[in-house]
Order: sequence, then structure tokens, then C-alpha cells
Amino acid sequence: MITANPAPEAGPEARTGSTPVRAAPRRRRKRQWLPYLLLLPVLLAELLIHIIPMLIGVGMSFLQLTQFYIRNWTAAPGAGLDNYRFVLQFDEASGKALLHSFWTTVVFTVLVLALSWALAMLAAIWTQHAFRGRGLVRTAFLVPYALPVFASVITWSFMLQRDNGMVNHVLVDQLGLLDERPFWLIGDNSFYALIVVEVWRLWPFAFLALTAGMSSIPAEQYEAAAIDGAGVLRQVRWVTLPNLQPVNQVLLLVLFLWTFNEFTVPYTFFGRSAPEQADLISMHIYQNSFVTWNFGTGSAMSVLLLLFLLVVTAVYLLLTNRRRSADA
Amino acid sequence: MREPRWFVWSRRIGLTLLSVFALLPVWVMITTSLKPLGDVQGEFRWFPSTVTLDAFVDMWRTIPLGRYFVNSLVVSLIAAVASVVLALLAAYAVSRYRFRGRQLFSVTVLSTQMFPGILFLLPLFVIFVNLGQQLGIDLYGSRPGLIITYLTFTLPFSIWMLVGYLDSVPRELDEAAAVDGNGPMGAFIRVVIPAAMPGIVAVLIYAFMTAWGEVLFASVLTDESTRTLAVGLQGYATQNNVYWNQIMAASLTVSLPVVAGFLLLQRYLVAGLTAGSVK
Amino acid sequence: MRLKRITSAVALSLAAASLAACGGGDEGSGSGDDVTLTYWASNQGTSLENDMEVLQPQLDAFTEETGIEVDVEVVPWSDLLNRILAATASGEGPDVLNIGNTWSASLQATGALKQFDDATMEQIGGADRFLSGSLSATGAEGQPPTAVPLYSLAYGLYYNKAMFAEAGITEPPATWAQFVEDAKKLTTGDRWGVSIEGGSVSENIHNVFTFSEQQGGSFFDEDGEPTFDTPENVAAIKQYVDLIQTDEVANPSNAEYSNGTEALADFANGKSAMVMWQAAAGSLAELGMAAEDIGVAPVPVLDPLPAGGEDVTSIVAGINLAVFENTEHEEEALQFVEFMTSTDTQIALNKTYGSLPSVEDAYTDPAFQTEAVETFKDVLSNRAAPMPAVPEESQFETLIGTAVKNMLAEAASGTTVTEDAISEQLAAAQQQLGG
Repeated sequence: MITANPAPEAGPEARTGSTPVRAAPRRRRKRQWLPYLLLLPVLLAELLIHIIPMLIGVGMSFLQLTQFYIRNWTAAPGAGLDNYRFVLQFDEASGKALLHSFWTTVVFTVLVLALSWALAMLAAIWTQHAFRGRGLVRTAFLVPYALPVFASVITWSFMLQRDNGMVNHVLVDQLGLLDERPFWLIGDNSFYALIVVEVWRLWPFAFLALTAGMSSIPAEQYEAAAIDGAGVLRQVRWVTLPNLQPVNQVLLLVLFLWTFNEFTVPYTFFGRSAPEQADLISMHIYQNSFVTWNFGTGSAMSVLLLLFLLVVTAVYLLLTNRRRSADA
Repeated sequence: MREPRWFVWSRRIGLTLLSVFALLPVWVMITTSLKPLGDVQGEFRWFPSTVTLDAFVDMWRTIPLGRYFVNSLVVSLIAAVASVVLALLAAYAVSRYRFRGRQLFSVTVLSTQMFPGILFLLPLFVIFVNLGQQLGIDLYGSRPGLIITYLTFTLPFSIWMLVGYLDSVPRELDEAAAVDGNGPMGAFIRVVIPAAMPGIVAVLIYAFMTAWGEVLFASVLTDESTRTLAVGLQGYATQNNVYWNQIMAASLTVSLPVVAGFLLLQRYLVAGLTAGSVK
Repeated sequence: MRLKRITSAVALSLAAASLAACGGGDEGSGSGDDVTLTYWASNQGTSLENDMEVLQPQLDAFTEETGIEVDVEVVPWSDLLNRILAATASGEGPDVLNIGNTWSASLQATGALKQFDDATMEQIGGADRFLSGSLSATGAEGQPPTAVPLYSLAYGLYYNKAMFAEAGITEPPATWAQFVEDAKKLTTGDRWGVSIEGGSVSENIHNVFTFSEQQGGSFFDEDGEPTFDTPENVAAIKQYVDLIQTDEVANPSNAEYSNGTEALADFANGKSAMVMWQAAAGSLAELGMAAEDIGVAPVPVLDPLPAGGEDVTSIVAGINLAVFENTEHEEEALQFVEFMTSTDTQIALNKTYGSLPSVEDAYTDPAFQTEAVETFKDVLSNRAAPMPAVPEESQFETLIGTAVKNMLAEAASGTTVTEDAISEQLAAAQQQLGG
């Protein structure tokens, strides 16, 4: 249910209520094809590049599509639900590892999302009104987004090296906050290190999206609130946030999906194999199936992941829409 | 709005800290690019003891950096613009119209983002190859193939983001434009788009950066002449050695135009024309 | 709505077209007399361009000799396997290609590469020409090779001659006990006896596999079934992990070294006195290490060897040359293979790349008669074992390599890794192999 409008009301047809009855059906039919026409190019592109491959991908999960059959898929023996059964054996090591990876990813995503959004909101609020150097500050914030992932993530792995990294040099040698040099790339800290790197890469995009969203808030609303005696914080709560509702609703969902499926950052950061404390699900699926071209199992795991994300999305949309109509 | 002092001070401190956070790795990249290869994995120093520009010179030879840069630029620009145009049309339909299949469309389009890339890779490649063989449309190893792939990749998020931005453009604007004698498309082009310009810019940047940085599909769908930067940069990791200093040098160099682009575009992230246009 | 029906029709026909036509497909890269072969070369030199410079004269010579053109593309390692995957699945690929030799069994299982049965082998000059060690890493046991060895590599123990002299050690260690003793002597101040790339899955598995051979263990039995959790394998892993935990001759930070260059960089910078690595002379020179300080010896072996243990000091590493099964130019492709494995070409290419020729005759060239090359050749011929030649080879590498990485991490942070813990990890890894 994507009622993204703050004030749900009837479409353009309603406006023509004063016209005679005979004209109305013609108008309605004329209006009806326009949205479909607008969607057509998208639909075609999505079909070719996304939908059909995805359906084939789902189909693969029901086949025993290992390297033996990759050359001729149509000959791959059907596996029924075997792939799923193997994946879901939660009492075996493989199932336990999958579950562990899943939970790690959930916690990871929630933390990254919260931090990125918070930083982005702060930065967007602080840069909302002009001041000298605002353009430079905004650009500085977008620099992490501009750098190639490979290079910037490798740089972070250099910075977080135990012996030669900048972070330990500052923490231990210069600031004296810690006595012993901790590990950041392996061990328990690796989870938090990964969060920092991911937030570093993600929050600029959230900042961009929120800044764009904030820019369309009419100045009168702020002025009216100021007249009513609202200070900065109140204005944020009663003017900025409500106006950002449609953007935030989408942004949070988009960031969630993006982060949950993050592959490149942990892959590069941990040198192709993650420590178990930071074993994110996309890498886990890759290492346990695709690395040996076992597309059958890999698809099964991916389909399960897809179902989970669909459920989360549906619940999220239901909740946010219900809250919005309650507010309105 | 007069800003209270605590706000101004918190802003100064906050933005400074955030800037440091954002730019610290850039400093490390710069110093790494100026070091000889043997020093890169040596002890950390804020300022390198030996400084050399060799990396900036060698990096053009180790991989055909210039060619990769042009490929990336062309592919990403075209994919981004095409994606935004298509997404804008679709987002307008979803935002402004109620029609059958609206929910199905939106959720299906979003669900494509929930699948790992490698699962798409093979079927997509096979489709491309077959299109090439059956219909003579050569998409494998060609720029158009990559462009179409990238524009489709960025469509779902672009559409969803634009729906959000368009939704915050009040309907009254559409109605005001209709009163002025514009049809729905006229209202769209003349009034809604300018009002949603900041959102469009944000999505354009997103689409460009996604195409710019994509690795998996580029590694398979390109050949020597069409290879893009994101994939090409990994060519610095050769059999003998990984030329860290050249990687950093190349990354910084290719990011300069992108950052310059950001600097130019960020001024469009300003108040749209909504203020005062609805009386 | 008509539009909807049209769209679904388009979708169906696309789906039908792709499914019906997949898995087959030919590649036409030349017609009539003028044949052009497509060759995917791997990156062996200092850069992709460097590879082109090295290969082009050879390819020109080939064209002169046979009239067959070769269209070469140097594919970076990060892409090569993905490209092969796409080629296998779609049927559209090169005619000839380089592959990592550890991929041989898995690629053989896909059927994407042409088998070199006896007849085919004769066409390119016979199997006897090749180093027996290298030839053992070309496919599953009991099956004909699926590729031929092109460039051969092995692990050696690199040691710092200057640091050895300082510590009063006259000879590189030949036994493991000697190795640990020497390493302890060399671990002083902030220098360590040995550096290992403990965060790298491939380095871990290569070393652990070698030790497992020495211990008399194996990861797969003759039927190709996994046998991970055995006392010998546990001992092999313990041997490796102990370098950090009990022997304390490797810097605990080594557990996070994952980008494939850090352990070597430590060696080049004098932070460690020894490192077990593949041919590194070129890399060390680029890292600024003086050539006279570099010594190389075979990796030490357990002495005495346990029951069933083998005198193995390295895996058989290297690059193989394969022919794509779907090629339309089989004759010409085989001629190319013959050319690339001919003595002259082998000499020229391996000399430049710093690897070892895979054919015996090439070793007559003086370039391959230095001490270092002699060491490696001896290792390859007599003291090297190929990685398990099973289809699941890459998953095996990933599972065990990652398990070892996690164990090294634990050891590095102070937790003792016991034999039981290792056994548990191996059992878990074996279970994950199924499916």
C-alpha cells in the first residue's frame, strides 16, 4: 500500500466533478492510459534486466544447479525443495552459521541505519541555512561518496591496522587512551570497525537525500513557527520532520535494503573473507555457494533472503502509512 | 531566522568533527599516493618521510587509466540521465495517479533490489548473448549493454526516491498549473519538475555514482576496450605486487572531476520554487 | 488492458528465447582461411600493459609461423573467473585461455574445457615433455588433463641473509624443529622470525595443505569425499597456528594480514627474517630490498616424518593453458597450445615473468640455472603436491582458509586454540561442504 500522499484524496477525475456526465467517462478513459504509458519504458527495461533474470534465479533454486550443470541449465536435475532443506538445517553447522550471519546482518543494518540517518539529519539541519563556506562543507561531506569504493575501503583497512594504522597510532601513541594496541580487522572489534566504515560511506548519501528533501519546505512554515515562539528544536520537530515524512519513509527503507545487502565493503575491507563476528549475509551466501558455482543453493538462500526483506518492507509500509493517516 | 548562539556553536563544532571524519581517509590516501611502494605498509606517519610523484606518473601506464576514465564517464552519465528521465516519468505516474497495478508495480520494482547481484548476472549474460546471436543486437562487451544494465539497476531506488520527493510537492501546484491552462504533462514539466529539482539532483547523483562504482557486472559485461574504472582500478593488483600508491593516486585523480561536479551541483540543492508560488 | 497483455507477451517470448537458446551457441571469430583465435591471457607481469608487451612478440612469431592471428586480451585476476563463468554458462567465450591451476578440477567438472586425452596430447608434443609435478595439477585424478601447464610456481622459504648472519645462523633451516629454533633466535626487539599472511584465505590453505601432507593427512579421500576432521589435519593446523601462539615467532598482527602483500612487505622492510612465499624476487626488488640479502630454500619439513607423511614442501602452483570446448577452431587452438608450450616460447616467457618453465627442455637455458631456480625446480619436480583435484576445490579453500584465519585471530587476541577447537572447526567446515 503505497499511499505516499500526505492527504489522500481522489485523483484528477474528482476535480472534473462539475462537468456533464457524458464527458466524464471519456475523460476517465483518457486519463487512464497516461500512467501506463509513463511506466512502459521502465517496465520494459525492468523486465529484461531485472524481472526475467530474477525469475530465472528463483527457478534455479529448485534445480541442482552446480558446476556440473552450469553449461546446460535445462539439463540440470530438479532438486525440488532439497536446496531449501539443506539451507534451513538449523541444527547443523551450516544452518547455524547462516542464522548467525543473518542476526549479525540485522544488528549491523539497524546500527548503521540509525547512525547514518542521525549524522545526516544533524548535518542537513546544520547546513540548511546559508553560511560562509556552506558549499564547501557540503562538498566535503560528499567526498566519501565520490571516492571509488575499492580505494577508500582499502584505505580504512590501512588506517585500522594494528601496528601501522593511523587509528591505533592516535589512540595509543598520541592520545594515550589505550595501553595495548587493539585489533580492528579481526576479533570482536571487527564488527564495530565495519560499522564505522559503512557509516562513513553511507551517511553522505542520506545527507544528500535529506538536504534535497529539506529544500522544498516552504520558508513560511518556519516563520510561522518562529512567530509562535518555537525555538530551533521545536521547529525541527514540528516543521522539518513532518515535511520530510515522505522522503524519510522512502529513505529509511532504501538505506535498510542497501545496507542489508552490502557486499563490496566487507569483501574489500576484510580481504575476501570476513571474520565470524562480521559475517554479513550477502558475503556468507557468496562464500557458501557462488564461490563454487553452486547456483542451486545460492539461489535458495537468496530467495529466503528476498522473502524476509519483502516481509519487512510490507510491514514497514503498513506501519508508516497507518501512522501517517492517523496523524492526518 | 535568527539562530541562537548555542546552535551556531554546536553547528561549528559538529560540522568540523563531521568534516574531519569524512576527510581523514582522504588524507591517508594522499600521503599513500606520495610514498614509494616500500613505505606504504610501513610505520604510520602523518607526513611521509620520503615524498615522490612516481605513482602519479606510473599510474597511467600500469593500466590504461585514461581510457577507463572515459568509458566510465560516458556510461555513467548516459545511464544516470536516462535513468532519471525514466524514473521521473514513472514516479510522476505513481505519485499523481491512482491506477490498477500501482502497488504491484512499486513493490515488484523494489523487490529487485533484494536479490544479490550475482544471481542476476548469469541469466542476464545469457540473455545478452542470445539477443546478440538471434537478433544481432550486440549487447555483450558493448557500452549500450552496460548502460541499459546500469539504468535499470538504478531505476528502483530512483523511482522510490522521486516518488517521495514528488509527494512533498503539494498537489495545489499541479492544480494551479492546470488552472493556468496546462495539461497534465505541461504542469509536470513547467511546475512540478522545477519544484522537485533538489530531489532530481539528488537522484541524478545517486544514479551516476551507482553506475560509476559498479564492479560485478562491469567485470563480465566489458572487454578490454570498454572496461570501466571501477573494474579497471583492480588492475593495479597485479601478479607481482599491489601498487597501493598508484591505486590511491589514480583514485584521487579520477575523483577530482566527480567532486568538482558535486561542487557545481550542490547549489541546486536549494529551496525550490514552491515558496510563494501557491497563493 | 491491451498494454498489459503486450507486455506479458514480450516477457514470455524473451524468457522462451533465452531458455531455449542457452547452453549452446557458437562463436564465430573468423571464417574461411583467415582464422583469428581469441586468447584470454592472465596477468603475469607487472601490469596489464606489460603483459601485452611480453606476449605480443610471441604471438607475432606464432602468426608468422602458422598464419593464424591471435586476438589477445589480458584479463585481470579479479575478473577472470567471473568471465569464465559467464562464458561457460552462455557458451560464448574465448578459444584459448589461461586458468589458475587450482581451478582445473572444478572447471573440468563443468565440461567447459577440452580434455587433453592421449591423442590430443600427442598433437601438442606429448605429455612427457612436462614437469611431472606441474602435470599433476591439471585435473581430477584418473581423468585426462583438462589443461596443460604453462607457467609453474612453487613456495619457498625466503630468508634474510643479513639477519641470519647477524644472529649467527649459517644455513637456512631444513627441518621444522630447526626452523622454529632459528625463528626464535631471530625474534628480538620489534623483529620477528617469520611473517605469515594470516588473514588471507589462500595463503592459509596453501600452507596448511603442505603441512597436512607432511603430517600424513589429506582433506579428501580417493573417492573425493571430504575427510577434514582427522588428527593429522588438526596437527597441521596446530603447527601453523602455533607460530603465533606457542612458538611466538610471528607477530600476532599477522593474523589480520589479508591483502596478499603485507607479510612480504614486512620481510622486505626487515621486520621479519623469513617468509614462505611463491616466487618473490621481482616483488622484493620493487619493495626496495637488496638482492644480496635475499636467500631462498625449500620450506622446512617435519623431521622425522610421521607415519604416512610425505616429503612435501609446497603446493604445485602455477598457470595452465586450456582450450574452450565450444571453440570453433580446435585445430588452430591446439597449434597455439603447442606453440606456447614449445621450448623456446617457454624459455622466453618464463624468463620474463620470473616463473618456472613447465617443460623439462627449457631448463637448459642458463637463465634457469641460478640457485633460486634450481631450488624451486627441485621442489616442483620432487617435493610438491597438487591441491585436492576435486570439483569443490574453491569452496574447500574458502572454508578451511577462513577457519584457519579465525583460529589465528583467536590466537592473536590471546585465546588458546586447542586441538579440540581445531577439530570442531574442521568438522563444521566439512558439514558446510555438502549441498
